[in-house]
Amino acid sequence: MVKKAFAFTLILGMGLLFYQLYRQRSTSTDLNKTARYYVENGPKETGSANVVTSVVVTYRGLDTLGEVTILFVAASIIGFFLKNQRNRKLEGAPGETSELLHTGSVFLVPLIFLLGVYVFVNGHLSPGGGFQGGAIIASGTVLLFLADPSIGAGRGVIHVLESFSGMLYVGLAVAGLFLAGGFLDNRIMPLGHFGTLLSAGAIPVIYSLIGLKVGAELSSILYALKDAKE
Amino acid sequence: MLLALLAILIVVMLAAAVLALEHGKLLIGVIAAGLVSLIASVIYVILAAPDVAMTEAAIGSGLSTIMFLYVISRLKGDTHG
Repeated sequence: MVKKAFAFTLILGMGLLFYQLYRQRSTSTDLNKTARYYVENGPKETGSANVVTSVVVTYRGLDTLGEVTILFVAASIIGFFLKNQRNRKLEGAPGETSELLHTGSVFLVPLIFLLGVYVFVNGHLSPGGGFQGGAIIASGTVLLFLADPSIGAGRGVIHVLESFSGMLYVGLAVAGLFLAGGFLDNRIMPLGHFGTLLSAGAIPVIYSLIGLKVGAELSSILYALKDAKE
Repeated sequence: MLLALLAILIVVMLAAAVLALEHGKLLIGVIAAGLVSLIASVIYVILAAPDVAMTEAAIGSGLSTIMFLYVISRLKGDTHG
């Protein structure tokens, strides 16, 4: 009872806080200085049709590197605490899952992976990008595990993919220091024709690497959960 | 029109949030929490933020819901929180 009252007071306090923020808010008709710079110069400087992507990958690319690092640390810690039982086969024998799920997953998993790859490869043209594509790929992995709990293939590939894409990402970022204007500068490659798939310099490459890394990290978390001891 | 749609979405979202907290069964709670994320992503689209909406839909309502369901299925028996 006391606990509930405490929680209720806390929520009420938060509500009051947000209400104050809401009251002080005034709708602005034009962008602030930073936003206007991004909108006016982003497409010109980075060649990316999606302004959000130009901010996420180039202007504030260091923050994205930090996010990827946090995800990596989280995946490592989960893998460390959930010690897996690699040798012992899980009790659930293949064929125990429903036929419908199994057949459906055979059809759907490649399509889901393809959608994820599409989302991160087109990150500089359409909404979406590395994180979204990576999450879509990981949800394909879940379907794979649900259909066949005893699956063990691909674990090595996931780890190699994760390390490889992470190192290449940092490598490209450092290359920007020497070949272009600074860390994570995308102009180490030609900007190309605005709005085409192979444009915006290194952005599609970097976002694809981020997508692969996020997908591999989330999949390795799922692997750790799947193989955890009962 | 848009404001009315937003109002309906927010009311459903709040109802789902209360359901997620107050319902005894974990399974219903997890699905209700996924619904909160799903509606949040629709609201992001209405507010012209498709990038954020995609992240919310893929991670908030998709992956984390599935991950919770997966963990619940691994917990044998005691699923009444």
